[in-house]
Amino acid sequence: MLLIQCPFCGERDLTEFSHGGEAHITRPANPDKISDEEWGDYIFFRTNPKGIQYERWIHSHGCRRWFNAVRDTVSDEFLGFYKSGEQPPKIKRRKVLRK
Amino acid sequence: MPNPGLTPGSMFLSEYAMKSKYSIFSLLRNSLSYHQNWERKWRSPDPKPAYDVIIIGGGGHGLATAYYLARQHGITNVAVLEKSWLGGGNTGRNTTIVRSNYLLNESAAMYDHAIDLWENLSQELNYNVMFSPRGVLHLAHNVHDMQEIGRRGNSNYINDVDAEFITPDQIKTMVPIINLNCRYPVMGGVLQRRGGTARHDAVAWGYARAADSLGVDIIQNCEVTGFDIKKGVIKGVKTNRGVIKAGKVGVVTAGHSGVLADMAGMRLPIESTPLQAFVSEPLKPIIDIVVMSNTIHAYVSQSDKGELVFGGSSDPYVSYSQRGAFNQLEHVVGPLVELYPIFSRLRMMRQWGGTVDVTLDRSPIVSKSPVKNLFFNVGWGTGGFKATPGSGHVFAASLASGEMHPIAAPFSIDRHYTGALIDEAAAAAVAH
Repeated sequence: MLLIQCPFCGERDLTEFSHGGEAHITRPANPDKISDEEWGDYIFFRTNPKGIQYERWIHSHGCRRWFNAVRDTVSDEFLGFYKSGEQPPKIKRRKVLRK
Repeated sequence: MPNPGLTPGSMFLSEYAMKSKYSIFSLLRNSLSYHQNWERKWRSPDPKPAYDVIIIGGGGHGLATAYYLARQHGITNVAVLEKSWLGGGNTGRNTTIVRSNYLLNESAAMYDHAIDLWENLSQELNYNVMFSPRGVLHLAHNVHDMQEIGRRGNSNYINDVDAEFITPDQIKTMVPIINLNCRYPVMGGVLQRRGGTARHDAVAWGYARAADSLGVDIIQNCEVTGFDIKKGVIKGVKTNRGVIKAGKVGVVTAGHSGVLADMAGMRLPIESTPLQAFVSEPLKPIIDIVVMSNTIHAYVSQSDKGELVFGGSSDPYVSYSQRGAFNQLEHVVGPLVELYPIFSRLRMMRQWGGTVDVTLDRSPIVSKSPVKNLFFNVGWGTGGFKATPGSGHVFAASLASGEMHPIAAPFSIDRHYTGALIDEAAAAAVAH
């Protein structure tokens, strides 16, 4: 089971958290001005990387606050945690482990 | 007796047709030589420089696509590229359940088309895929469930998909080990008698053998590393065994669709998450249908070896680890023991995980792409196995003609722009 470092509460068990998907997706500034393709891209399409992913979590059964994490989706290893609004930590691009 | 000692790549075209038919007589004949001389089921050729069609992904769907391309459309200059071994991804990791009682018209058409093909698949392939239409029963544990199965059962009825409402008494007769008055009492169920299970490995092997005998090259340990795209048209694929030219390319991957799309400079409306399943030690026959329950999140069937096969839900985060979290197992085991108290002393034998490509409306993508002659058949999420023959059949027709088959057309990637989603999530969130 994954251990997650909540920036507010410290290290807790995965079961206390809910996953919020890919982080740093910006809502288009003028939704009524953009094309269906751009809107569909914002709503449905995801990077889904095999490797480093920046993602959101919420400490549902704890402080109820959102924060961000960096995780290697091949090994599930967490590489960093940071609060919403903060700049993501610099992660050296690692070679993706082959399965 | 065919000579089993052929080296890879040494067979000639005329020998394709010489693959001997499996029958009681071939079994007897081979028993005389202690079953040491069975011929190889498929060749292991080196890739040719060019093919009419390249299928990426040697799982059930990819092999079925190749088979129907050769069988129904006469396109035999086809290669199936598999980065690992045949059927080693989700084809070999699922819980083998086959059914078609989906809520929406588009899904019902796709999955019922598959069931029509499942019923004669062993005869068609001359390979026993052990399709066992033992019935699939969905339980309802509360008023909402009763309304859901009512809505879905009636929708199935309109779509000519068989559905039968079952009372708790009937359920007790069909599944004597069930505890109806558990924490969430069983109030009723809906049964699809045409549904059941099939042997997952045999599906891959049967399609591979049949496709190979029609001239399809099945190339294992051949990983695609990039696409050769010129002016928006696909020209070939780059692999760890060199560049292979192709007229058309079909991506039929599971668990890596995003990686392949990235190579083509695209993104997909897909997230890849882990999904787990596990089996018990073998038992005497104890449950002779497939029982699923969406509310308490568990399903069970008994394999022909006697193992009970269990599955639950996927982990909610993107991961390619092919490994799920323990709390998901607990979510399956708790309700199972409540529903079937006799399972409490059962020992589990194996547990494993796969990576499922889940789209945001829980329906697959069978579609053209912005790159000409590059097609995708991906995103089957947590329940692609049941669709294997149907998916391969309609995708082969689409690849052959260049236009999407009518059953496949609604599953276009464009639905995410037009809003014509096929939102099955509400109907079958767990029991895919």
